[in-house]
Amino acid sequence: MEATIPILILAFPLFTFLLLGLCGMKMSHKVAGFIGIAMLGTTAVLAYIVACTYYFSGNPAFILEGVRQQFQVFDVTWLAFTETLVVKLGFLLDPISALMLVVITTISFMVHLYSWGYMEGEPGFQRYYAFLSLFTFSMLGLVVATNIFQMYIFWELVGVSSYLLIGFFYKLSSAVSASKKAFIVTRFADLGFLIGILLLSYYTDTFNFVELTENPELVLGTTGGATYMGASVLTVAMVLIFTGGMGKSAMMPLHIWLPDAMEGPTPVSALIHAATMVVAGVYLVARMFPLFCVVDASLTFVCCVGAITAFYAAMVACAQTDIKRILAFSTISQIAFMMVSLGVAYDQPIEGVHYSGLGYMAGMFHLFTHAMFKALLFLGAGALIHAVHSNEYTAMGGLWKYMPITHWTFLIGCLAIAGIWPFAGFFSKDEMLAAMFNRHWFWGAWMTMVAGLTAFYMFRLYFLVFWGKENPHYKEHKPHDGPWQMSVPLILLAGVSICAGWIDFGKFVTWNGEPYHIHFEAPVVITSLIVACVGIAVAAIMYAKPNNLPEKAKAMWPALWTAANRRFYWDEIYMFITHKIIFNIICRSIAWFDRHVIDATMDGFAKLTQSVSYRIRGMQSGEVQGYVGWYISGAVVIAAIAWLCFA
Amino acid sequence: MDSVGNIVLYFCVAIPLLIFSIKAVTSKKILRSATYLLFVLLGTAIFYFQMGYQFLGAVQIAVYAGGIMVLFVFAILLTNKPNEKDTETKSHRKLWGFLVSISSLVLLVFALFYMPLLHGASLMECLSASNTITMHEIGEAFTGGGKFQYLLPFEAISVLLLACIIGGVTIARKE
Amino acid sequence: MDLSMLWYLVPSVVMFVCGIYGFMTRKNLIAILISLELMLNSADLNFVIFNRYLFPGSMEGMIFTLFAVALAAAETAIAIAIIINIYRAVGNTDINEVKQMRF
Repeated sequence: MEATIPILILAFPLFTFLLLGLCGMKMSHKVAGFIGIAMLGTTAVLAYIVACTYYFSGNPAFILEGVRQQFQVFDVTWLAFTETLVVKLGFLLDPISALMLVVITTISFMVHLYSWGYMEGEPGFQRYYAFLSLFTFSMLGLVVATNIFQMYIFWELVGVSSYLLIGFFYKLSSAVSASKKAFIVTRFADLGFLIGILLLSYYTDTFNFVELTENPELVLGTTGGATYMGASVLTVAMVLIFTGGMGKSAMMPLHIWLPDAMEGPTPVSALIHAATMVVAGVYLVARMFPLFCVVDASLTFVCCVGAITAFYAAMVACAQTDIKRILAFSTISQIAFMMVSLGVAYDQPIEGVHYSGLGYMAGMFHLFTHAMFKALLFLGAGALIHAVHSNEYTAMGGLWKYMPITHWTFLIGCLAIAGIWPFAGFFSKDEMLAAMFNRHWFWGAWMTMVAGLTAFYMFRLYFLVFWGKENPHYKEHKPHDGPWQMSVPLILLAGVSICAGWIDFGKFVTWNGEPYHIHFEAPVVITSLIVACVGIAVAAIMYAKPNNLPEKAKAMWPALWTAANRRFYWDEIYMFITHKIIFNIICRSIAWFDRHVIDATMDGFAKLTQSVSYRIRGMQSGEVQGYVGWYISGAVVIAAIAWLCFA
Repeated sequence: MDSVGNIVLYFCVAIPLLIFSIKAVTSKKILRSATYLLFVLLGTAIFYFQMGYQFLGAVQIAVYAGGIMVLFVFAILLTNKPNEKDTETKSHRKLWGFLVSISSLVLLVFALFYMPLLHGASLMECLSASNTITMHEIGEAFTGGGKFQYLLPFEAISVLLLACIIGGVTIARKE
Repeated sequence: MDLSMLWYLVPSVVMFVCGIYGFMTRKNLIAILISLELMLNSADLNFVIFNRYLFPGSMEGMIFTLFAVALAAAETAIAIAIIINIYRAVGNTDINEVKQMRF
């Protein structure tokens, strides 16, 4: 494959960023928006071409005897520090990176288009588009990375663009602190990631994904003997690398930044904090899946973190009032779902499991469908916020009459995420649950419960927003659907959310490249459908019409409700640890040491110099004879000393 | 063994040299100081002759005694009223100067007598060990670029002298 | 009795010490310059003495002394020019008048 198109895929967004970033303020909003959308549209088309070529051309470089291959389009040396420490930049095509190219460019294009309507008239419109392009560039660079180091570079770049976009409304102090929080939390996670990368590549002498993953046993061999803090180096390295993924994908306990990140503009939340950047952690695990497999402990760790996070986030989502926060926790929960799915997959046949790699395929499938319907839900939420100028559901209610397009598309999104046939979420979620049940009934049962909760809280949101009592403010300010730039992406994404499930995903993405035919296992399907329907039904009973059931439920478990509403006090715990323990005890003592020992030493030098020079400045008398006297006495003394010592 | 004439000549020069050195720095009248300095320079020139450096002795007399002393005398006459005495120095300055010079004297004398080399050859032996230095040799030493030849420093000195001429004129001239 | 090196070095040392003393105690700038010439002369004499006694075959000490004489002439000329300038500015040649030069 020619390298031109892949290079252009990366170059277009970067160029757009530079163009809009440097000259954007000279352009009108329309021109800037048009440039952003047109360039991104071109990028999307190019990405589709690349993905289609990869999936359908049948070129032996891409698919060899029915097995999909990893293909490095180019891989150029960027920084050569030493003979072994060489950082390269490249473009890797394989099933998941081609998938991600499609997902990122599609969602990004939709968000670009949507933002044209949503952000209209906002100051800094051009800056917004520049940042969106920067993010798209970084994310594309991340998914096509040929080596971990390139991935790390772009990993940080997406972190930066996320930071910039969360803090887009930089006049709001809440947006500023949210952006700082997101950046700092993910930076801490990335520290683990970096250490993991260095640890891994120190032993294996390579950063390259293909070399690392094609022969994981060899990696195990090179690192097998070495231990680090009581565990094998490979285990430690993989857990550390996964820490980076935990930070980006907002897994417990590093999830605290994602709900706050909703301070950013809603299309940004749809693009970055729902569909693309937050799944980077999932993508990372998938990318290094063979390495995770050789150390069971790390995969189990992934699984446990995912399971706990999924349940936690679902619980919290049931008790939030801010619609974007609900969606944020739903995102956390769904990403955790993917993590568990990857965690239950395995690259060797397992006894009693008919296809051990199913979880990998299902996780990536869900990544794909989730990106579509979660972006749809966020964009829908954006349309709602655009209409009523509030994030709280208490300001909404009964909106179905006023905003038909938003209502129907939002409903489709909710049905998709709840896993109702024939919407996209049904297929992917079902495959994930099947994989979990295959591995162990516990994972399946636990995650089915989470799926039920998902259906409940999504329909709670749906009913509270679109049904229930109309808000009296509508009389003064009648809510309506957004302009066409906002409606078109909603409709398109709704269409994708309906159809995406019907794609025979197993043909395209599996853990080893060999096709897998998706089929349904009746018990799993029926259970999950029943659970989802129960969730929807409960939500409908409680919230479709104004009644006192929610109050009763609250009164039944007041402590639980408050805890869930306060997100189980994670922020408070963090506050306690950072402010009370780190700032108060550690930092204060360090500050004390700094002020009274280090600074004082330096001040002491300064004071000493000052006082001595104050005293001896009389020697600078201007009397040449005095100088000569000192000079000669000094010469005599030195000569005498030298003589006494050396003669 | 040096000839008696040489030894006598030495004492005839060395003793006045010591006296005039001391007088040159202690005399109250500045013009007298300059005159004593002239005698010291002449005595040094005689030492040079005695050690066989005729050209150097001649230069010493011509440049120092002839040139520099004239400068001194002119400067003194330009800046001093006749018979004006140097003003009294502060006593602590005098004491300090005395101490410093005595201590350096002690150090130097100690060094002189400590060095074993000092009890070596006589002047006669040294003179007979070398040929008389001819003008020809000196001229070659100044105008050659080889080993033990000093064309470059010679040129540097000439440039320095030129700079001094210009500098002296610039500094001393009236605005 | 031999005229050894020491005989010539002693007047040189005395000249040098007198130079130091004069430099430190005289107040007239020209007298200070005279002391300076004494010290310089003593150094010249030393070069010649060491040349004669230790390296009788060569003449580097003498040549160095020749250069030093030329330097002394130059230095004296400049110094006297400066002194005359100072005299014009302050009306005498007292060293205490030029303390301001420290700034």
